[in-house]
Amino acid sequence: MIFKTFIKRLFPRSFDNDIYNLTPKDLIIRKSSNHGGFKFGLALLIIIFLFAIFGPIILDVSPYEQDLTKRLLPPVWKEGGSWEYIFGTDGNGRDYFARILYGTRISLTIGFGAACVGMIIGVTLGVCAGYFGGWVDQIVSYLLTCQLALPGLLLAMTIVFLIGPSITVVIFVIGATHWAFFLVVSRSATQKIKNLDYVTSARAIGASKFQIIMRDIIPNTFSQIIVIFTLEVGIAILNEASLSFLGVGIQPPTPSWGLLIAEGKEAIFFQPWLIILPGIALFTLVVSINMMGDGLRDITDPNSKISEE
Amino acid sequence: MLRFIAGRLIVGSSVGLTLSIVTFFLLNYVIDPAQAIAGEDALFEEIEQIREQYGFDRSITVRYFEWFSGIFQGDLGISYYWNKPVISLLIDRAPETITLALMSVSVTILISIPLGILAALNPNSLIDRIALGIAVTAQAVPNFWLGLIMILIFALAIPIFPVSGDKTLFHFVLPSIVLGASSVPAVMRLMRTGLLDVINADFIRTARSSGFYGWRLVFNHALRNALLPVVSVLAVQLGNKFGGSVITESVFAINGLGRLALESILGADIPTVQILVFVFAIIFLFFNLLADILNAYLDPRLRL
Repeated sequence: MIFKTFIKRLFPRSFDNDIYNLTPKDLIIRKSSNHGGFKFGLALLIIIFLFAIFGPIILDVSPYEQDLTKRLLPPVWKEGGSWEYIFGTDGNGRDYFARILYGTRISLTIGFGAACVGMIIGVTLGVCAGYFGGWVDQIVSYLLTCQLALPGLLLAMTIVFLIGPSITVVIFVIGATHWAFFLVVSRSATQKIKNLDYVTSARAIGASKFQIIMRDIIPNTFSQIIVIFTLEVGIAILNEASLSFLGVGIQPPTPSWGLLIAEGKEAIFFQPWLIILPGIALFTLVVSINMMGDGLRDITDPNSKISEE
Repeated sequence: MLRFIAGRLIVGSSVGLTLSIVTFFLLNYVIDPAQAIAGEDALFEEIEQIREQYGFDRSITVRYFEWFSGIFQGDLGISYYWNKPVISLLIDRAPETITLALMSVSVTILISIPLGILAALNPNSLIDRIALGIAVTAQAVPNFWLGLIMILIFALAIPIFPVSGDKTLFHFVLPSIVLGASSVPAVMRLMRTGLLDVINADFIRTARSSGFYGWRLVFNHALRNALLPVVSVLAVQLGNKFGGSVITESVFAINGLGRLALESILGADIPTVQILVFVFAIIFLFFNLLADILNAYLDPRLRL
């Protein structure tokens, strides 16, 4: 409620009934404040972000400190758990809450990093293919077919493991195997935009191809790219977790969620929370990102109608 | 139709050729195979020795042609890790993966198509919301974690299914649910939107006005047209399942191609890995081709 009055005060026009008075920006704000899934996803994601950034600063916990006398303590809601270790401890006596908390940072870094790498590759290729057309388009389409046919996870596993797993390598390899969606979307968006009048007029006043692409085309594909970007962040996070789970991604003792689940697998009979907790963390993060992405798709789509209150 | 198939075959095989080059160079040039075999802390002399022993000191183009021409003669190279011809490893492990892939696509069909139809017939109803919820959940659940949770619930807490292994078809039930679940969102959404589009089409209105209604209308008129894109996506998903088997097979300890791939990577066994990457790519291309042909067969407009 407070949020809504705040928005109302900031953008009084966005609550006018006359839709023709609205600027596109007002319309986006109105649509997003009426979209439940988007609001939920965004709020959850902001909370997770705050946790990841400030959690380790405020709470004095270490994800690496071992205490072998306190191995495999249960979480606080189980019998024998204590508030000292909210999520219990792992097989080496490390604070499980601290490990999951630091794992958030790793997942977010890799998710956003890999999606950025993929975006740079995909959008560059897609905009070039869409703008120049002809043989450039054909080469790019061919590249796309090749990329789609390659078993991405398997290739990523091999390259990451054999080059030497580190966060940077994981980011670049996952990014380099996930640019197909960016390409498809930016290509079709560019094809639509390049025939619009304002691009023609830019050409008429002597703008170079590079200027047109950078100033007139890419900024206008943004609303579609951001949707793909969000969804790719979720995919990249799941991919990293899979790599780490299989033992070919982030290496111990770094607390990646996938790795935590792999370590917890040994204790599946007696300490099932060791795999349940990081899995829930992973699921919550990816759900919040996906809900935000789905919401963004509805909001940025000019044809969508979101019911007003 | 023949011309269409021939055209697709040419594109497909040229992509296959490109991928063989990409795979080989990635795994032999970007990664130094001698270094990979020797391990990280190996001395320079040791690496040099391995390089000579396995013939890595020859030019990479020569080795590529040797490898690629070998494939057509049934010689896929010798695995360093297993000390066996790669082809015998593939033949040993393939049945498990094929079983898993087929069963998991059946699971996808059984879940997503009925749900998609129900959701499309009752848009914005409770069942539509549930279907959407299932799609959102399935999209965000990590595959390997779902596998472990399945083991926890259906093998440990309620012992219905075996924990792991691949002896009987019964062992494949949980793994195929896990692997099948990953394609449920895509197929279900496609089924739902496809059927919604068709239901609003003119010919359905005509059929309705000439007396068709209820399930007969849905099955005989609408579904037939809405299934077209779904069938081709299912074919593509089947091709995807082979590459996707890596995770499921290692969670459930199924001795298939995916587990072979993981073990070969961990053992730095480049001959096996490069064949597997190539084989998975070819399988994907094959199913893609199949989907294209199927689509063109069912919808003559696409043959142009």
